[in-house]
Amino acid sequence: MWNNTRRGWGLVSILLHWVGALVIIGLFVLGWWMTGLDYYDRWYNLGPWWHRSLGMLLLLATLVRLGWRFLQPTPEAKGQRLERLTAHLGHLGLYALTLLVLVSGYLISTAEGQGILVFDALEVPALISGLPDQATLAGRVHWYSALALILLSAGHALAALKHHWVDRTDVLSRMIDPRRSRRR
Amino acid sequence: MIKKTAIAAALAAALVPLTQAQAADYAIDSEGQHAFIQFKISHLGFSYILGSFEEFSGNFRYDPENLEDSAASLEVDVASLTSNHAERDKHIKSDDFLATGEYPTATFTSTGFTPSGENAGVLSGELTLHGETNEIEMPVTLLGEGEDPWGNYRAGFEGSTTLVLDDYGIDMSQFPEVMHELELYVTFEGIRQ
Repeated sequence: MWNNTRRGWGLVSILLHWVGALVIIGLFVLGWWMTGLDYYDRWYNLGPWWHRSLGMLLLLATLVRLGWRFLQPTPEAKGQRLERLTAHLGHLGLYALTLLVLVSGYLISTAEGQGILVFDALEVPALISGLPDQATLAGRVHWYSALALILLSAGHALAALKHHWVDRTDVLSRMIDPRRSRRR
Repeated sequence: MIKKTAIAAALAAALVPLTQAQAADYAIDSEGQHAFIQFKISHLGFSYILGSFEEFSGNFRYDPENLEDSAASLEVDVASLTSNHAERDKHIKSDDFLATGEYPTATFTSTGFTPSGENAGVLSGELTLHGETNEIEMPVTLLGEGEDPWGNYRAGFEGSTTLVLDDYGIDMSQFPEVMHELELYVTFEGIRQ
C-alpha cells in the first residue's frame, strides 16, 4: 500500500507525484500572473509570499521524493527499448528541471543574504548570496527552466495518455491506484 | 620648544610647495572601499528607500592652486545596485526601470568646475544613465586632504544632486509625484597618483 513494488507505485510515491504536479502547475500560473501585477494590486506582495512559501515546501517535498525514489523499488518500465530509454530520460529531465526551477527561485530571493520566510513561520537561510547580479541571472534561469519544465510535463502527460489509451498499458493506472502495486 | 616648532613650521612651509607641485591626478579608492555612491528615493511618500552602487571606479584631478582645472570621471556598474532587498533590486534593475541588461554602465564625465568659496564648488558634467545623457550640476565639498598613514596622499570629497528620472527615460508615471526624482549622494577619497 505505502511502498512501491516492481508492479506499481505505493501511496507515498503517488501522493508525492500528484501533489507535486498540482503545486508545480499552480506555481507556474501564480508566478506568471504575479509578475505581471500592477504595483498597487492587493496581490503584489501576497502573490510572491505564497509563491516563495509553496516553492520552499515543494523543494522539501522534492528532496523527500528523490530520497524515496532511491530507497524504494521502481515499477518496471513498459514498451520498446527506445521508448523505455526516452521515458527514462524524460523523467530524469523532469527531476532535473524541477530542482533547477526551485534552486534558481531560491537564489533570487536570497541573492542579498536574506533568508526566505515560509508562511511567516519558518526561515530558510540564504546559503549562496552576493554573486554578481545574482537575482537577475537566477531570475532568468528560473523563468526559462520553469517554461521548459511545463513543456516537458505536458509531453509527459500526453505520453501517459497515449500509453493508457493507445498502448493500453497500466502506467497511468498504477500512478493513480496504489492497489496495483500488490495486484497479481 | 618654541624654536623647534618654528623650525618644523618653516620646514613644512618650504616643503609644501614641492609636494603640491606634483601631479594632481587621483584615482578613487574603490579597492579600499573609501568611496560610496548612494541614492535616496521616496517610497510612496511614506519613507525613503536608500541604496547604493557597489561597483564603480573613477579618477579626478584636483589641484588647489588651479581649481578651475578640476575634473572627475566615474564609471558605475549599474547592476551592482543594492537596497538590501534582492527582489526589489531585481525589479529596479529590470526593464521596468534601469534595464541593466541593455544599459549596464552609467558614466559621469565632468565638463567644468566653478569654485564657490572655501573648499567648495560646483562640478558640472555629463551623466549617462539608462542610455540617456544629461548635463548635471553637483555642488561638491572638499572634506580633507593630506598624507595618509600608509605613504600615500589622499583627498576626499562629497557632493549631492537631484536627478529627475524622466530625464533619463525612466518612466515613473505610475508612481506618486514624490517618487519622480531621487537624491544622489557621492563621497570618495582619491589616492594621488
